[in-house]
Amino acid sequence: MDQIKVLLANIDKPNSTSIDVYLDGGGYKAVEKALKMTRDEVTQLVKDSEMRGRGGAGFPTGMKWSFVPKNAPKPTWLLCNADESEPGTFKDRVIMEKDPHLLIEGMIISAYAIGSNPMAYIYIRGEFYYGATVLDKALDEARAKGYLGKNILGSGFDFDITVARGAGAYICGEETGLIESVEGHRGQPRVKPPFPAVIGVFGGPTVVNNVETLACVPLIINNGAEWFKSFGTPKNTGPKLYCVSGSVRKPGVYEFPMGINLKELIYDHCGGILGDRKLKAVIPGGASAPMLKPDEIDLPLNFDAVQKAGSMLGSAGIIVLDDSVCIVDAVWRLAKFFAHESCGQCTPCREGTNWLESVLDRIERGEGRPQDADLLLSMSDNIGGKSLCALGDAAIGPVISSVKKFRDEFMYHIEHKACLPETVRYRRLDRAVAAH
Amino acid sequence: MADLHPDNPYAPDRFPDRNKPVVFPPEAKKKFDYILTRYPTKEASLLPTLHLVQEVWGWISPEAVLYVGELLDLSPATVFGVVSFYNMYNQKPVGKYHLQVCTNLSCMVRRAYDIYDHLCDKLDVQPGATTKDGQYTVVEVECLGSCGTAPVVQVNNEYHENMDVTKMDALLAELK
Ligand SMILES: Cc1cc2nc3c(=O)[nH]c(=O)nc-3n(C[C@H](O)[C@H](O)[C@H](O)COP(=O)(O)O)c2cc1C
Ligand code: SF4
Ligand code: FES
Repeated sequence: MDQIKVLLANIDKPNSTSIDVYLDGGGYKAVEKALKMTRDEVTQLVKDSEMRGRGGAGFPTGMKWSFVPKNAPKPTWLLCNADESEPGTFKDRVIMEKDPHLLIEGMIISAYAIGSNPMAYIYIRGEFYYGATVLDKALDEARAKGYLGKNILGSGFDFDITVARGAGAYICGEETGLIESVEGHRGQPRVKPPFPAVIGVFGGPTVVNNVETLACVPLIINNGAEWFKSFGTPKNTGPKLYCVSGSVRKPGVYEFPMGINLKELIYDHCGGILGDRKLKAVIPGGASAPMLKPDEIDLPLNFDAVQKAGSMLGSAGIIVLDDSVCIVDAVWRLAKFFAHESCGQCTPCREGTNWLESVLDRIERGEGRPQDADLLLSMSDNIGGKSLCALGDAAIGPVISSVKKFRDEFMYHIEHKACLPETVRYRRLDRAVAAH
Repeated sequence: MADLHPDNPYAPDRFPDRNKPVVFPPEAKKKFDYILTRYPTKEASLLPTLHLVQEVWGWISPEAVLYVGELLDLSPATVFGVVSFYNMYNQKPVGKYHLQVCTNLSCMVRRAYDIYDHLCDKLDVQPGATTKDGQYTVVEVECLGSCGTAPVVQVNNEYHENMDVTKMDALLAELK
């Protein structure tokens, strides 16, 4: 399969962030077109495209929009999820930093379709300071040209966007954590139901969509649903951004029709494994996704196929690990992440993620006990499905999959009090680790 | 409270000094007034206001917590609860250069911990602490969303990508 430049068509142009360059390439034509359609026609077109959300869960976007009640007593809101904190994910940043107008155009159309009130927020992770400045500048340009503000292009539709910066909390990427954070609270997820489409931010119906999802919307309006479906396979449609990192020669963001083969992506497009080492494991969808072994990677990277293989496409953050990486240490690092990022609301997640980290650390240090592999599984069992949001389930994905698929390596640590001889030390064990 | 419970890690460092209130300088006050116009509730302005506090003073002092509470009609406890929840709000002063090394998995397998260890050793500083001259603070952070150019070190608001120990030394030489 060849790489495509559809979503990323503009990023290599000089001055790609300026509105003039964007307009030259046919930009904001989709807004003109959409504002002449009815709201329902826009939603139907997105439904027909069979696009599934690019934020992680792969929920059909048109269907999500159609859940928003009409004539709700409170205003309806659109929130763009630009939190991009899932380890291994760095695609939304490219869109925001290189082609901000594509996102803005997508938001105008989406807001129109859901009947949003005149303000929407781009909730961008606080660390993306540069991205926030690029967006702010682009928003000013769009306001000056009349694409934002009152009575856009004479349609009677009023709409504006504010960039809301997060402040360093992964959990604010979870949609109800994001809603809490926009309201000015700690980003602690809410119990669902009520779902955000019914009661979300400021008490009104709310649609939360990922950056890449919203950036696809102008393409669908311009080219039609059939065109969008010509990329990928039924139910897994459209152009898709894949982030590849870790032990590959050419890491980066790659665009393909949805469903590029994972093995082909790693070996043919990313130049294979760094230093000609052997592949050990692949995480196909960000830190939350269960690991795959080398004999499991001959599969198309779409939502359904990866799920069938026992993992998930998630945010399409593909982390490649070679055989110099100690699997216990790698999983410890991810467990440390989840322990740090647990919002602390539910006991199984708050306490359990800390225990996973501690037990993995002691195995790595050669202090593991014979029953520790099973202990990790039973602890995971007490977190999964027993906590409020999906972070709890995410935290156990890498643990369960690695204990099951690399049990020998865990047992080797416990018996020999050392890592496998072919592995390399990537961190010093004597360095104090900051508490969280 | 800190005095009453010297071992309680959850106690804030100290009570605010009510004799030394803080006030936004005029430029910042203008920005604050603009922030208020962008949200339907005052409370929703809390996160951007705290970012502004940090821009002005470099950290969020107990006095600033009181001040923000007054500005937004929130209790100091509510404000502090938000400050302590989010990683990026500094509850203590940090160095002129805040060296934030990502050590999450994609950076780790590209030897991010070497950079982190090197910084701690060379600057003779404990993780999370600031050098005695107040120049540098070294911390380990979670994934910065830039794994394709790992390892990544964020210095204040700026990303430095594809780093290694040599490049880190060269960068340090520039940060005076
Ligand atoms: C712990 C956690 C973190 C998440 N982080 C993000 C994120 O950083 N960006 C994102 O777009 N979605 C994230 N999500 C998914 C969102 O909850 C939500 O499903 C998504 O924003 C919906 O957008 P979509 O329909 O366009 O995919 C996260 C979910 C969980 C449970
Ligand atoms: S599962 Fe974890 S992150 Fe999610 S609400 Fe509960 S404690 Fe918070
Ligand atoms: S792991 Fe370091 S930027 Fe993602």
